[in-house]
Amino acid sequence: MREILSAKHLCHRYADRPVLQEVSFSIKKGEIFGLLGPSGAGKTTLVKILTGQLVQTGGEAYLMGKDTRTLNGDDRRQIGVMLDDLGLYDRFSAWENLAFYARLCGVDRKTIDDLLRGCGLYEARRTPVSKLSKGMRNRLSLARALMGGAELLFLDEPTAGLDPAAAHRIQQILREEQKRGKTIFLTTHNMAEAQSLCDRVALLAEGRIAALGAPDDLCRAYDRQKKLRITLQGGEELELENGPAAAPVLGRYLEEGKIGTIHSTEPTLEDVFLELTGRRLCEE
Amino acid sequence: MRNIAAIFQKQLLDTLRNKTVLLQFVLMPVMAVLMQSTVRPEGLGENFFVILFAAIYVGMAPMTAAGAIIAEEKEKNTLRVLLLSNVRPREYLIGVGGFVWLASMAGAGVLCAVGNYTAPQRAQFLAVMAAGILASTLIGAAIGVVSGSQMAATSLTVPVMVVFSFVPMIALFNDTAAAVSRWLYSGQVSAALGRIGNGALPWEGILVMGANLLAAGLLFTAAYRRCRLS
Repeated sequence: MREILSAKHLCHRYADRPVLQEVSFSIKKGEIFGLLGPSGAGKTTLVKILTGQLVQTGGEAYLMGKDTRTLNGDDRRQIGVMLDDLGLYDRFSAWENLAFYARLCGVDRKTIDDLLRGCGLYEARRTPVSKLSKGMRNRLSLARALMGGAELLFLDEPTAGLDPAAAHRIQQILREEQKRGKTIFLTTHNMAEAQSLCDRVALLAEGRIAALGAPDDLCRAYDRQKKLRITLQGGEELELENGPAAAPVLGRYLEEGKIGTIHSTEPTLEDVFLELTGRRLCEE
Repeated sequence: MRNIAAIFQKQLLDTLRNKTVLLQFVLMPVMAVLMQSTVRPEGLGENFFVILFAAIYVGMAPMTAAGAIIAEEKEKNTLRVLLLSNVRPREYLIGVGGFVWLASMAGAGVLCAVGNYTAPQRAQFLAVMAAGILASTLIGAAIGVVSGSQMAATSLTVPVMVVFSFVPMIALFNDTAAAVSRWLYSGQVSAALGRIGNGALPWEGILVMGANLLAAGLLFTAAYRRCRLS
C-alpha cells in the first residue's frame, strides 16, 4: 500500500528544550495510526509539523510525498483536521458551521446534510453549538474534518472527555471512514480506544518514540509474566505458566468443566508504556 | 476571492448574533439620531452632534470591533482551523477587515443621513469617514493580531480607543487637548467634518490623515510580522 505520511529523524526544539528527538515512522494508506503519549510528550508539536503549521528544527516529514515545509493550499485540501480545541463557532448552528466550511471548500449543500446524518447530528442541525453536548460538538468537529473529502485525517484526542456511548459513536464513524479508504492519524490517551481502533500505535515519551507496532504485537512482545489466570466455577483463582507444563492441568479442568474464566496475562498498552518509560500515560 | 466572500458572510452572520460587537456599530449612530432630533444647541452649529458622535464613532467602533473579532477567533481556535482549511492569512484579514470597514461605513451613512448636508457635502462626509475608519480598522486589527484573547484585546483597545475617541471631543473645550487632537486621525476627522461647507480641506489636515493612515498600516504590518495569526 502507498505510503501517505512519513517522518524521518524528525527533531524539534523550543529554545533550548528538545521537544521531539529522532522521531521516525511511516503510515500507509487506509491505516488508523495512533500516537500515544502523556501530556507534554510532543504529540501536538508532531501534529503541527506534520500538518505544516510548524517547521521542524531537524529531520524531514512528508505528506503524500511532499515535504511538509512546502505544503500549499492544494495539499491542505487533502487533509482534514480535528483539533483538541474544536474551533467551532459557538453562535452558529451545527448546519451553519458546516455551511461556512462547505463554502470555503467549494462543497455543495447536500454534502452538509449527508455529513450531519452520518455523524448523527441531523436532528440537531439547527441547534447553536453553544447548546450542543460535548460529544455532539466532537462529532460536529469530525464532520467538518470530513467535509472536503480529505484523504488523510488528523484527529487530536477525538474522544477526550466523552462518555463511553459518545466515544463509541465516534469510533464507529472512524471505522466507517477507514472502510471508505481514509487514512487516520489520531492522538489519544485512551488505551482501550487505541487497542481496539488502531492498526498500529507509536508510544511517544519525552519526544522520542519508545515503541511502534500493532497494539497486540506490542503487548505480546512485552509479556514478561507469560501466565494464564484461571478462575474456577467455585471462585478459586489460579495462575499457571503459559507453556506446555500447563497443558495437563488445564486439560483436566476443561474435562471436569471447572473453568469459569481463563485469561492470558499479556500486558495492556498502559503496562507496556510504563515498562518502557517508567511513566503512566495519563500522568500530568 | 471565494474565501474572502465566505469570511465576510460568516462575519456578517456572527456579528448579527454578537451583541457586544453589534453594539459598537449601532451605539453612536443611534445616539446621534436621538440627540440631533431632540436637542438644538445654540451657537454650536446645526450638525454639532453628528460631528461629535462621528469623531467618537471613528475612534471607537472599527477599532474595538476588529480587535475583538480577531482576538476571539484566536482565543477560540477557530482561526487556526481556518488557516488549516486553506484560508490564507491575508484572505482572513481582508474578509474581516473589509466587513468591519463596511459595517462601520453603514453607521457613517446613518450619521451622514442625520446631518443637514447637500449631496456633495454627504460625499465629502463619507470620504472623510472612510479614511478615519480605515485607520481605526488597521489599529484594531493590529491589536487583535497581537492579543491572545478577547480580554487581552480589550485591555489594549480601551486606552487606545479612549485617546482617539475622546481627545477630539475634549479638544472643543481644552487647548492642550486641541494641540494633541490635531495630530490624530480622529481629530482630523472631527476638524474636516466641521469644515464641510466651508471650502476645501486644508493640506495640513490631509497630510496628518495620510501620516496617520501610514502609521496605522505600519503598526499593523509590524504586529502581523511579529505575531502572524498564530
